[in-house]
Amino acid sequence: MKTKPRALTLLDVLSGAMILAAAGLVFFYAPVEALMGPVQKVFYFHVATAWVGMLGFLVAAVAGYLYLRENQERFDIVGAAAVEISLVFFLIAIIMGSIWARPIWNTWWTWDPRLTTAAIVELIYAAYLLLRSGVDDPERRARFSAIYAIFGFVSVPLTFISIRLLRTIHPVVVGGAEAASQGGFNMDNPMKLAFFFSLAAFSVLFADLLWHRIRLGELQRAVTALRIRSYQEEN
Amino acid sequence: MKNYLRAVGAVIWKDFRSEWRSRESLSAMLVFALLVILIFNFALELDIEARTSLSAGVLWTTFIFAGTIGLNRSLAVEKDRGCLDGLLLAPVDRTVIYFGKAVGNLLFMLVVEAIVLPVFTFLYGFNVFQPGFLVVVLLGSVGYTAVGTLLATMVVQARTRDILLPILLFPLTLPVVIAAVKASQGFFQGLPLEEFSVWLNILVGYDLIFIAVAFMVFDYVLED
Repeated sequence: MKTKPRALTLLDVLSGAMILAAAGLVFFYAPVEALMGPVQKVFYFHVATAWVGMLGFLVAAVAGYLYLRENQERFDIVGAAAVEISLVFFLIAIIMGSIWARPIWNTWWTWDPRLTTAAIVELIYAAYLLLRSGVDDPERRARFSAIYAIFGFVSVPLTFISIRLLRTIHPVVVGGAEAASQGGFNMDNPMKLAFFFSLAAFSVLFADLLWHRIRLGELQRAVTALRIRSYQEEN
Repeated sequence: MKNYLRAVGAVIWKDFRSEWRSRESLSAMLVFALLVILIFNFALELDIEARTSLSAGVLWTTFIFAGTIGLNRSLAVEKDRGCLDGLLLAPVDRTVIYFGKAVGNLLFMLVVEAIVLPVFTFLYGFNVFQPGFLVVVLLGSVGYTAVGTLLATMVVQARTRDILLPILLFPLTLPVVIAAVKASQGFFQGLPLEEFSVWLNILVGYDLIFIAVAFMVFDYVLED
């Protein structure tokens, strides 16, 4: 097995530094929001983690498509890696959203479209992992997961639209209007900087983790291959 | 095209013949559906007021739970007795198997619904026989069985097949459930069609999208 590539170590350091810098910007550079106070600072990482979550699910769907077309195991490894990472980030986004919602909406949870869709997305990809663990044959597992990743990703917009038609209270912060009454706000420039820097920092962190997880998947595959070979040599 | 339809028809006919001989699936689905209605009746204490707002939800939950039983069974039987291999040997396109099984499952689900609905009317004095509502039942069942048949074909090849189908199927079919319940409610409460026709659009959209996706990927579900 190859040793850890130097570029990966570099990416480790970069993502760590960017996350620290993003936290610094959020806490010391971006001003405290006038109406909501310090709790609004949750917003920067809340959106960034949710973004990384959706990004990973998109990566998994694309990897699924590529697997079905090319039939190469590495796309399966990429898909599984992306879903595992994104599931965690998405859960963090949901928890952070709850922390924000409690003082602003006066409740931890509402059945608002985005919240409900987020919960269902989380369940879809939890089901994806259950499907993976339930199929033993690696080739079959790869095919089924690829199909399910595509189905899951196609169903998300439909779920969102259906629930959206049942009224929303979630603010639309970027490019939306008349959201102030629901806890929306307008960002001034320091806020925007902190926001977009957080997005970038988490995207880099995602790329870093994805690379690590893909390497782990490849190691797993190598171990399995070695095990099979030693078993064959014994007999 | 004509041969394609004939082959699909043959798969459906085969399912009906074997079901007619045993009547295992249909009777299980039916008894299960009636039990679910019974449980809802007591769990939710469906008095007159609660009925108008809840009955659509109760009905669709019943259909979906009963549908899961039928879907699992329909593909498990194929797998266990080696029929799936027989079907795969047939010199037809793989998607013929998908459409045959999906239409068969849809028809079974419709049969169960056709028996449950009068019972529902009888128990709650609720007129469900409106043409619009029956269209909703059809559209909802189409979407549910289109996705369900594909997933069930995957699930029966898994080690954990007894528990996997609902876990995979329910989160994906949530748009169907929401739209079908809202549209049914609209008909039950006698609202003007414009107020809830958007739900019918969602049902049609969902059906078309997922039938298309299933058609494209089904080859990969049965690749060995």
